[in-house]
Parts: sequence; C-alpha cells; structure tokens
Amino acid sequence: MSVETATDLVLVMVILLDLGMLTVSRLATTVRFFALQSLLLAFLPLAAATFEGQAPGMHALVIAGGTITLKVVLIPTILLRIIRTGEIHREIEPFIGFTASVLLGAALVVVSFAITARLPVPREPVSNLIVPASLSTVLIGLLTLVSRLKAITQVVGFLILENGIFIFGLLLIEQTPLLVEMGILLDLFVGVFIMAIVVYHIRREFDHMDTHLLDELREA
Amino acid sequence: MTVLRAIGAVPEAVAVLALPPMLLSIIAKTKAWFGGRDGPPWLQPYYDLMKLLRKGVVYSRTTTWVFRAGPIVNLAALLCAATLIPVFSDDTLLGFGGDVILIAYLLALGRMLTVLAAMDTGSSFEGMGASREVTFGTMSEPALFLSFVVLALATKSLSLAEMLGAPLQAAWGDVAPAMLLVVAALLIVLLTETCRVPVDDPATHLELTMIHEVMVLDHSGPDFAYITYAAALKFLLLGSILVHAALPHASWALWIDAPLRVVELAVLAMLVGVIESSLARLRLQRVSLLLAGAFVLSGLAAVLTFYRTHA
Repeated sequence: MSVETATDLVLVMVILLDLGMLTVSRLATTVRFFALQSLLLAFLPLAAATFEGQAPGMHALVIAGGTITLKVVLIPTILLRIIRTGEIHREIEPFIGFTASVLLGAALVVVSFAITARLPVPREPVSNLIVPASLSTVLIGLLTLVSRLKAITQVVGFLILENGIFIFGLLLIEQTPLLVEMGILLDLFVGVFIMAIVVYHIRREFDHMDTHLLDELREA
Repeated sequence: MTVLRAIGAVPEAVAVLALPPMLLSIIAKTKAWFGGRDGPPWLQPYYDLMKLLRKGVVYSRTTTWVFRAGPIVNLAALLCAATLIPVFSDDTLLGFGGDVILIAYLLALGRMLTVLAAMDTGSSFEGMGASREVTFGTMSEPALFLSFVVLALATKSLSLAEMLGAPLQAAWGDVAPAMLLVVAALLIVLLTETCRVPVDDPATHLELTMIHEVMVLDHSGPDFAYITYAAALKFLLLGSILVHAALPHASWALWIDAPLRVVELAVLAMLVGVIESSLARLRLQRVSLLLAGAFVLSGLAAVLTFYRTHA
C-alpha cells in the first residue's frame, strides 16, 4: 500500500470519526473517538515527510510525539476523569437531534469538498483529501460546539476544531517552525486545562454541566 | 449466438431460482449454532414452501383485489429484477444501459404492493407495520441509489452488469476508501430491506415490535409462500449486488465463477447469521440513525468518487 493510499484511508477515517462523534450520546465515547482521531492524525506528519521523498525528520517526529502525548493521552485522560467523577454521562437532548446533526454534518462535508474544488493549493500535497478533510473537521467541530449542551461535549467540539486546523497545517509542515507547532499544542493544553476547571466549577455550583443556563446574568 | 446464450442461461436461471431458500437455511443454521442447537434441517425452507403451496387460501371479506395482487406483484417484480442483476457471472439475462433505475423501481414497486395489501386488510397492526416499512424504505432507498451513483461514477457505466463487473476492479484501485464506504452502506441496506436484525427481527412473536412480519399476518397458503420466497429472493439479489461490489474480479469461466459466487453468498448469509446472533435489535428511534448512517456513508463515497474522477 502506497503512502498516498494510506493517507487517503486515514483522512476518510478522520471524516467518518467526525460524523461518528455527532451520533453518539455517551460523553466518554465522544472523548474516545477524539483520542482515536488524534492518534490517526499523529501519523500524517510522518506520511507527509515520506511523501516529500525523505525519511521523517526530527520535525515530523516531534510533532507526532507531541500530538500523541497531548491529544491521545493527556487531554482524554483529564476529560474522562471529569466525566467519571460527575453524575452526567450522556448528552440527552441536544439542540439539534442526532439524526438531524449527522445529516447536517454530511451536508457540511459536501460543502467542504465543493469549496476545495475552487481553492487552489500552491503545492501538490500528499493527498488531495487534506483540504476537504480539514475543512469538514473544522465545520463539524463548530457544529458540535453550537449544537450540544454539555460543557464536556463543547470542549470536545473545540478540540475537533483544532484537529481540523492541524490537518490544514500539514500542507505547510516544512515551512512552519517547530516553535509554532509546540506553541499551538501548549495553548491547546492550557485551554483544555482551564475549561476543565471551569466545567468542574459549573458542576459544583449547579449540579449539572449544561451551559445554556449560564446565559442569564441575573441573581436568583 | 443469442440462441446459444439463451440456452446457456436456462440452467443458470434455474440455479438462481433454487438458491434463495438455501441462504435462509444457512442463516438459520448459523443462528442455531450460536445458540448451541442443531437447528432445522437444511431443506426446511423448501419443505415450508411446498407445504404452503399445497394449502388453501383464506381471504377476509374486508379485503379487495389489492390484497390478492400484493404477493403476486411483489414476486413478479423481484423475478423481473432477477433478470437484470448479475448473480453467478458478471453477465445478466436482460441487462441494458440504465437498468439500475429499473431495478430500484422494481424493488419499490414490490414494496408498494406489499404495503397496500397490508393496508387493505383494515387491521390496525398491519397499518402500523406498513407505516414503519415505508418510513424505513424512504431512508434506505436513497442510500441504495447513492451507492448505485458511486458505482456508476467509478465505472462510467449505467448498466448494473458493467457497474459490478471488470471496470469495478480498476475503481477499487483508484478510490478504495469510497468503495469500502459503499460496501458498508450496501450491507446496511441489505439488512434493512430483508428485514434482519438490527432493523427488524424476523423471528419475533410480538406484533407490536414487528415490521415486515406484521404486514403479512393475514396472508395464507400459496400467497404466503410467494411472500416467503420473494423475501428470500430479495436477499439473494441484494446479496449478489453486495458480493459483486465487494469482491470484483475479471470474468472467469462460468464453472469457476458460479461456485465461487455461491460460496461468497453463503459466507454473506453466515455473516448475517452472526450479526443476528451477536446484536440486539435497535430501538425504533435508533434505526433511523442507522439508516441515516448508511445514507451518509454512501453520500460521502459519492463525493469522494466525484472529487477523484472530476478534480
């Protein structure tokens, strides 16, 4: 199997996992899907480097290693711990129902492919699915952010969004300094850390994780 | 030449007509093996059909000709579809360019008459089953159509024999991910259309949970034999489409091709048996999610194929 085919398969799996995350109601499963998606993405920098005709260098290895440590191990562990200690394990009634959000997600995927067809990339990437996969991951991350009620799912939505940006970054992997990549990963980690603390406090104050009760600013 | 072809097609057609109950038997045996039982004899579906054909028919006074037409038209539609779908070889009896659309509509015609016959009895249970059948049908048909679209795009042909024949091999090389998605979507469509777990439970005894079985409660004797046989034939036809799409190979001699396809169909029947034994039926609300999943899988495959072949 060539590098191109393998990359194609990985990117299709990534899109499928995006759509899969829209169907599951169990919070822990959503987090595990995210971890699996990040694991798949961690291999892409290596594939991109191989495609350039050289052995994966330091740069690609560090990005892959950092992604696995942070997005496959550390962040899912934190999120799963919050879910385990809380009483809420499921997304019961999202703003947009599960079937509707899957169909909407599929429409977003189609839109991303349509946009990509009019979006020239400067260099031939390892797979021409990179741009549509990245756009659909970003859009589905946004959809998860706005359509789900539980704070944990919203955090996962944010993380999916970041995964989409990560895929887009593969196009420029050789041009991006390592410092920037590390900075993004650090930002992400700090962001999730802060959100975890916020979720913890929401739950302690209100005994639940619904965020839509937070949009009223008055004292009861 | 055409005469020779016609004579050669006779044994093939007989085999296609004889095989379907055997597949049901394989599913039943697999399920029995999972349950630690011996299961019914291998030829039990044939005995059942013979018994039903010898019996008399009872028609309720509230029914009209629609009720009698239901099973016959359903079987006739599927027999017509059988002449257009490649089963043992990559060739069909009467295939022509654009026959995929006729096949999809023949399946829809059979479904429509079954549903109308169920409504014709005036029984509220059967009306409920009819409503469910139509609901799921509206969701599985787009998935089937989109899968056909993918195959047509990948092989640049509109005749099912070519869409599932040699050109598909090249397509597996070009757009392997899309083909995998199509196979997954076709499997869900197969399970839905043939009323199998996780969509419907063919062995259930509770009318409230039935979908297909509740629609045919009032049919008896030969009419019920037609329905049972038509259901088995539908499994064979959709199963052949799935098997051909999943494992395309160049056209070999018929004496290698035909046994190979029979073995593949038997494996598919065993797979369905395993699915039935290891999965529980989905709640009705979740079924729509599964079917939306099939729709999305085939839709994604269509986008991928279109993107690859046109960009």
